[in-house]
Amino acid sequence: MNKQPFHLILILLGGLLLLFVVAPLTGMILSTSGSSLFETAQNKEVLNSIKLTILTSFGGTLFFSFLAIPLAYIMARKEFVGKKIISGLIDLPIVIPHSAAGIAVLGFISRTSVIGKAAESVGLSLVGHPIGIALAMAFVSIPFLFNASRDAFEAVPERLEKVALNLKASPAKVFFTISLPLASRGIISGFIMMFARGMSEFGAVVIVAYHPMITPILVYEWFTSFGLSYARPAAVIFIAICLVFFIAIRLIIKEKR
Amino acid sequence: MLELKNISKNLGAFSLTNINLTVNENEYFVVLGMSGAGKSVLLEMVAGLLTPDSGSIILDGKDITNESIQKRNVGIVFQDFAVFPHMTVIQNLMYPLKNIGIKKHEAIRIAKHYADIMNVAHLLNRMPATLSGGEQQRVALARTIAMKPEFLLLDEPLASVDTQLKDELRALLRKINRMGITVIHVTHDYEEALSLAEHIAVIYNGELIQTGTAKEVFQNPKSKFIAGFTGIKNFYNAEYVGDNFSLAEGKIKIHHYKDNDEKRGYLLFRSEDVFVSEKLNDSSTLNNYEGKVIDIFPSIHGIEILVDIGIKVSAHITDISLKKLNIEIGKIVWVSFKSTAVRFLGHE
Repeated sequence: MNKQPFHLILILLGGLLLLFVVAPLTGMILSTSGSSLFETAQNKEVLNSIKLTILTSFGGTLFFSFLAIPLAYIMARKEFVGKKIISGLIDLPIVIPHSAAGIAVLGFISRTSVIGKAAESVGLSLVGHPIGIALAMAFVSIPFLFNASRDAFEAVPERLEKVALNLKASPAKVFFTISLPLASRGIISGFIMMFARGMSEFGAVVIVAYHPMITPILVYEWFTSFGLSYARPAAVIFIAICLVFFIAIRLIIKEKR
Repeated sequence: MLELKNISKNLGAFSLTNINLTVNENEYFVVLGMSGAGKSVLLEMVAGLLTPDSGSIILDGKDITNESIQKRNVGIVFQDFAVFPHMTVIQNLMYPLKNIGIKKHEAIRIAKHYADIMNVAHLLNRMPATLSGGEQQRVALARTIAMKPEFLLLDEPLASVDTQLKDELRALLRKINRMGITVIHVTHDYEEALSLAEHIAVIYNGELIQTGTAKEVFQNPKSKFIAGFTGIKNFYNAEYVGDNFSLAEGKIKIHHYKDNDEKRGYLLFRSEDVFVSEKLNDSSTLNNYEGKVIDIFPSIHGIEILVDIGIKVSAHITDISLKKLNIEIGKIVWVSFKSTAVRFLGHE
């Protein structure tokens, strides 16, 4: 880049921003001792919370894939009245405060709601249950899967689907043999994004289920009860796990390009 | 036989109005028109990918206007090939066969048979992204004819193919037609139309303005549009006799250069390229013929005269030349044109 004063100012400002992102994370990692990390990694409470976080987020993502992917396909292929409204509705969880989203989900699954009553009738209480946690996570993270899937379907040339129909495939077969495989990378990257976003959710989950504890709540609990240095190793371990999925997304997107 | 009756379709940007045409069994039928004239829409309606707003499509006496896509025995191949990018060539070829319930080992046998016919047998395990445009087009053709359609619809099949491969693909298209598959081919390229068509339909501004044999359409253009396509009135059936000579209409030997190996076809040259003189001049032109003026009439290019040299040759001259040469009906004149002005279009 040209070394003009203006460009130097731009570089300086950009550097400050990078520092703002990297410094707290690096500081946290550097101030965590290896022994405390090792100890925390063996703590049953931590391990259980990580297992719960991964399973609830993955379960919710998987379940909602069956609903989000078909809708994404319809939105990518069909023109109809109210299409923009549907798009807006799906994006809504991104802009509302997540604690408010938690309140909404709680009302939806509480014992007095239709769904809550139905679950109670089979002896299941959704509030404070991993299913409730999964629903809260999915509620705030579904836009990631939906938007990525819709964009992926839009990128599949419609002509390929037309040709497949002409080659005697039924619409369902066209979907499963042409549209879905060709959109799969985008969908998988959306899936991982939703999964990762679900795992890191705190606000909505804490309202629906404080217990059993997912890792973000556990970190918060340890911080408020025992202080910063006690909570730090658990936070570092959880960040490392989230990073694995983050890197996976970047690799998938890179390969796609 | 395929009949389109009063087909109309409005697609906002353009529309097709009241299209009527009949395509006979085993025919090679070309629909000629400029880009955006609605030719592709017409094909998609025949294939069932679009429904006409009004009118009907009759296949062998049966109304198929509202028949599902899968039940029509019609195959379509698009300009951009539409070979499935996530499948190998053989998987592409087997796709329609599996869809109609053919068992795997039989589907492989059929796929290989059509791969042979279309010269893609050596590419069976390749992914489409590694193929050239011409190879992808042959895969698309093999895949479509493998399901033995009664009609093959081709949407600008040569438009995305390198020039040197066009002759080879044209030969393959004729081969497919000779296998008993009726072909409807849409194009904006009049040379493509001439070299392949038995009958041509011309679409302009969403309307069908002329149908007929290639010769009927090009020699007697019913609109400025077709005339503008070629501007060619000097249009003759030709047989190549060797040494750069062809016999036009079985009567007159004309010297020309050609870049293909075909023996039969058409000779074309523009009226603007024909010189008229009273005597045979000493010039470099190899094509010089004596004939009688049989007609003189004004045209958008000045004056057009028709000279009978055994075949009728049209020439454009200015009114100044007309007076200077004292040309009148019945006068004997010489017409000359350069070999390089003559085009030979193969049509085996």
